[in-house]
Amino acid sequence: MNLEVILAAGIATGTVLLFATLGEILTERSGVINLGVEGLMFVGALAGFRVGLDAGPWVGLLAAMGAGALLALLHAIVCIRFQADQIVSGLALTFLGLGVALVLGDGLAGTASPQALVPTITIPILSDIPFVGPVLFTDQSALAYLGYLLVPVTAFWITRTRPGLHLRAVGEAPSGADALGISVAGVRYRYTCLGGALAGLAGATISLAVTPGWYAGQTTSGLGWIAVGLVIFARWDPWRAIVGAYLIAVIRRLTLDLQGPPELFGFPNPFFTYQPSTFFLNMLPYLMVILVLVLGSRSARRTGGGAPAALGIPFVRGERGR
Amino acid sequence: MTAGTGTHRHWLPIGIRAERRLETPRWLPIATLAIGLLVALLISGALIALIGGDPFLVFRHILNASFGSLGVLSDTLVKATPLIFTGLACAVAFRMRLWNIGAEGQLFLGAWGASAVVLVPLLPPGVSPFVVIPVMIVAGVVAGALWGGIAGWLKARFGVNEIITTLMLNYIAIQWVRFWVFGPWSEGGFQLSEQFPREAWLPRLTDFAKAIPDFAGLTIHLGFLIAIACACLVWLWLARTRTGYEIRLIGDNPRAAHYAGIDIGRMVILVMLVSGGLAGLAGMSEVSGSVHRLQDGFSPGYGFTGVIIAYLARFNPFGVIVAAIAFGGLILAGREIQPAGIPSMIQGIVLFCVICSDVLLRYRVRLVRR
Amino acid sequence: MTDTTVPAGMPHMHVPPVHADLAVAMTGIVKRFPGLIANDHVDFDLRPGEVHALLGENGAGKSTLMNILAGLYRPDEGEIRVRGGVFEPDSPRDAIAAGIGMIHQHFTLVPSLTVTENVLLGLDEPRFRLDLREYGARIAALGEHTGLRVDPDAQVWQLSVGEQQRVEILKMLYRGARVLVMDEPTAVLAPQETQELFRTLRGMTESGGSIVFISHKLDEVLAIADRITVLRRGKVTAAGIPAAGRTRPELARLMVGREILETIDKALVTPGPVVLEVRDVRASNDRDLEALHGVSLDLRAGEILGIAGVAGNGQTELAEVITGLRRCTGSIRVNGTEVANRPPRASIASGVAHIPEDRHGRGSAPNLSLTDNLVMKSYRSAPISRGWLLDRLAARRQARDLTTAYEVSAPSVDTEARLLSGGNLQRLIFAREISTGPSLMVAVQPSRGLDVGAVATVHRLLLERRGAGAAVLLISEDLDEILAISDRVAVIYEGRITGIVDSAGADIGELGLLMTGHAASDEVTAA
Repeated sequence: MNLEVILAAGIATGTVLLFATLGEILTERSGVINLGVEGLMFVGALAGFRVGLDAGPWVGLLAAMGAGALLALLHAIVCIRFQADQIVSGLALTFLGLGVALVLGDGLAGTASPQALVPTITIPILSDIPFVGPVLFTDQSALAYLGYLLVPVTAFWITRTRPGLHLRAVGEAPSGADALGISVAGVRYRYTCLGGALAGLAGATISLAVTPGWYAGQTTSGLGWIAVGLVIFARWDPWRAIVGAYLIAVIRRLTLDLQGPPELFGFPNPFFTYQPSTFFLNMLPYLMVILVLVLGSRSARRTGGGAPAALGIPFVRGERGR
Repeated sequence: MTAGTGTHRHWLPIGIRAERRLETPRWLPIATLAIGLLVALLISGALIALIGGDPFLVFRHILNASFGSLGVLSDTLVKATPLIFTGLACAVAFRMRLWNIGAEGQLFLGAWGASAVVLVPLLPPGVSPFVVIPVMIVAGVVAGALWGGIAGWLKARFGVNEIITTLMLNYIAIQWVRFWVFGPWSEGGFQLSEQFPREAWLPRLTDFAKAIPDFAGLTIHLGFLIAIACACLVWLWLARTRTGYEIRLIGDNPRAAHYAGIDIGRMVILVMLVSGGLAGLAGMSEVSGSVHRLQDGFSPGYGFTGVIIAYLARFNPFGVIVAAIAFGGLILAGREIQPAGIPSMIQGIVLFCVICSDVLLRYRVRLVRR
Repeated sequence: MTDTTVPAGMPHMHVPPVHADLAVAMTGIVKRFPGLIANDHVDFDLRPGEVHALLGENGAGKSTLMNILAGLYRPDEGEIRVRGGVFEPDSPRDAIAAGIGMIHQHFTLVPSLTVTENVLLGLDEPRFRLDLREYGARIAALGEHTGLRVDPDAQVWQLSVGEQQRVEILKMLYRGARVLVMDEPTAVLAPQETQELFRTLRGMTESGGSIVFISHKLDEVLAIADRITVLRRGKVTAAGIPAAGRTRPELARLMVGREILETIDKALVTPGPVVLEVRDVRASNDRDLEALHGVSLDLRAGEILGIAGVAGNGQTELAEVITGLRRCTGSIRVNGTEVANRPPRASIASGVAHIPEDRHGRGSAPNLSLTDNLVMKSYRSAPISRGWLLDRLAARRQARDLTTAYEVSAPSVDTEARLLSGGNLQRLIFAREISTGPSLMVAVQPSRGLDVGAVATVHRLLLERRGAGAAVLLISEDLDEILAISDRVAVIYEGRITGIVDSAGADIGELGLLMTGHAASDEVTAA
């Protein structure tokens, strides 16, 4: 077990969680909860892989983002136009995304193609830095680097730009934003679709980089739901999201590595000698999500958790007239 | 909601106006539900046609394969049984706006608890079914309730979002059951346990075929009746008791409930225990009445479908029975439909259409001349 | 004035020349809502450099009329001209572009954003990157120039209500507003802050701006307005009459159609034993900042103690710690029983009734029936509760009795509570709380937003409780209300009781000083 290898592998899966979490942060910052991330990732994974087979990975990624945005648009219409319950709509999206992906991906199951792979890159100078280099900058998928870039960009976007200011205002005080002529619905449509696109990208990251191929119902293994949980852990802050995403991903990776060696710290490895006990290892990432939420709950309660004040509440102007 | 609020430019001489409803007539919820389902049917059909299928053939197949004969009707009711339980589990929690998405995991734990009675075994072999079955029921309910209760406790104590915890607990529950069926309880290294002894089986109609020949092959079991009884009890609980009133009050306005002196944390735990217990019963009834062993992947997502059923039924326990039977048929027929994603896709579409049709409950929609 | 009304849709050239001199001219405005006509052919005009008061009761249609001007509602009929040109705003953005800024009763600020961010919100400039330092300096300079001083880097939730109002005004001035519409601006201010606001408004009109001042407070209207338009039930009863020389009774008659002679019969009640004893109570608000810094109070049976103060000085928290809804340190005894940090149920059981500040958000369950709402406090005991079960017939019987006795008008006891008007809902809450036979009644802003008739009922019910020997804690931001019905007045400022005086012969000026904190008086003159 080499720590650098484990961490480097964790970054790969962490990128999936990172994209999905950032997308959900943007969506929720506008006041819309989208619980359908898992479904969007399914659709993204399929679209990315299917298109990637014919047109190469980059077009595949674009297709995945388009598919995710399109499906998220449905959620946006239902929640904004019809003011439906966002939680139920998100669940419906999960079912629909899974169903659509399974239907369209029928017959594709199990195929893998090296042609559809996103290339890996080693950054010349940075990869020579001890420890950090091999973990972050050696043989990582191009998407991992996109992940590194996306965090500061998203954080800057939210806190230091005019569109970001409008985004925050709509999520915190929609009637205030509305009174100043900001289109609440417009902002919410945009960021719900953007969040969907990032969820689609997350799905395609699985099928084009992490575990290339289409593995039907096994594709996402709950990563979408973990991303929804990570948003709460991250308190809607991109910088905290990167910590949560890589942490959970490294733990996932660790559970695989713990099964390998016959001995751990000089003792016989129970996960090696008794195969079924590895199921306990599989529980770890999910347990960790619960654990970080419990640990974060103390400070979250004090500060209101950082949740946008209007999260999940449909906006109706004046409630009286229209 | 008014069409064209933004500008004065109109493309059509007729516009749609939506006005907020003041009163909701009694027939309206059913009418909007029917509209929602009809639209769902149309969209599903269109999608099936789009991927090259014949929607009429598919729907006819679904109807035939689920309600076409006494035999398949019995099979449909067998599939509906766990769905009634999980639907009730979700309805109880949703009434309080507590989003228990973990019925699937609670179902797995319930099945595991019931199985433990015969597989550990907690009771010596050869005990009368009149002892084994009740003990299995209690074990299933307790295991499911505790699994749900964990999420309830985390919410009440730490304020942790129950959607996330119940979902994570689903994955953990599935791994937990896998451990037992791959490990200690594995039969010959396969991912399933040995078959339960007959005294641990819920009685089925076909078991009485000697007395009444027509019952031969009808696999509907006692679990269905237990499910109906549970629906009645849940209705009584929600509509006629103090606790039920408190649940409705919290569901409508938790701040008012707090002000009325209700301990919301206690109620969250209580409702999650009951909800988990009902889902646990689903697992018990499934392993004892239908599968007769514990095995990996014995549930095709009954817990998740329970979410949709509860919503379709508008959280009404009797509505849950109707919706569960309809979805039981869909799942039964869906096993033979290719590609495999169609039932899941239809479930998603149905749920979308139903929540969209809710807008008709809140608004009166009129066509107006411009 | 009304005789010269220009019909709606009149072509441009027929406009009388006088309109070009007007900052705003609204003619024949009609606005219908389901079930009522909020504005019925209303005319309103505004001259440059004047303060024009829009006077009327709650629900008279004042806010609706101005919401139309501000682009929030579209009128069903009528015409608006701004500086002579036809004006058809589709959104508040259009109104702001035309130089019209409205400051709503409930501020439209975003609490988690800074002052600078709030001011910049919705503007086209800056295009992309927010340089908060540069824009903060500009806003500080504007504040300096107009006397609206406020820290541009402060987050809005940290500001007092008065400061937040300044941010709202700054926001509009930064956008170049020449017409400022202020909806009940003094409701949240202490008397001294009101004077300060009036000075600011005067400064604006001197430089050519115009102000619409929406209010139902006669004294303030007479103090600040140049002209007055009075609305009653959506119709104009006085159109732009000069304010000079008007009297209160005259305006009151125009406003309600009769003279308000709210002579409150305060029977002499000898206070009994101490019912509520609050000792050194400290509590935090929702943001975890200390909101009560050691409050001590005594309240006797048969006595009404008014808590006066500007919004956000700990009143909400005080009511909540007494009713068990908030945790605190210190001691709160009701009839000798300690209730501090006990669950709300304990406080209910020891005889505390609570008329909450937020009738919809806390006092009722909107989608449940009147019956369900009326038994909220009594469902645990007979006759409604029978063991585990609820006796629905007994509940309905009680509901029918209460709705009749308290004149809650509704189709039936199965009607959903959200369909009740404000006054009806408040009567329902009073009915429920009084039916528990309380020895202490905590009433928070009980008459806010109600019409004159409902306010009178609320006052009568509170005085009846006093007469019946209950102790009443009346928390209100309306100083007139407090002086009218309280026996004693306690002033709260920044979580401290700054003084307790007998209401008979209390001096408003002195109360005003207390409401802004003793030491704060020099701060006011400096600003």
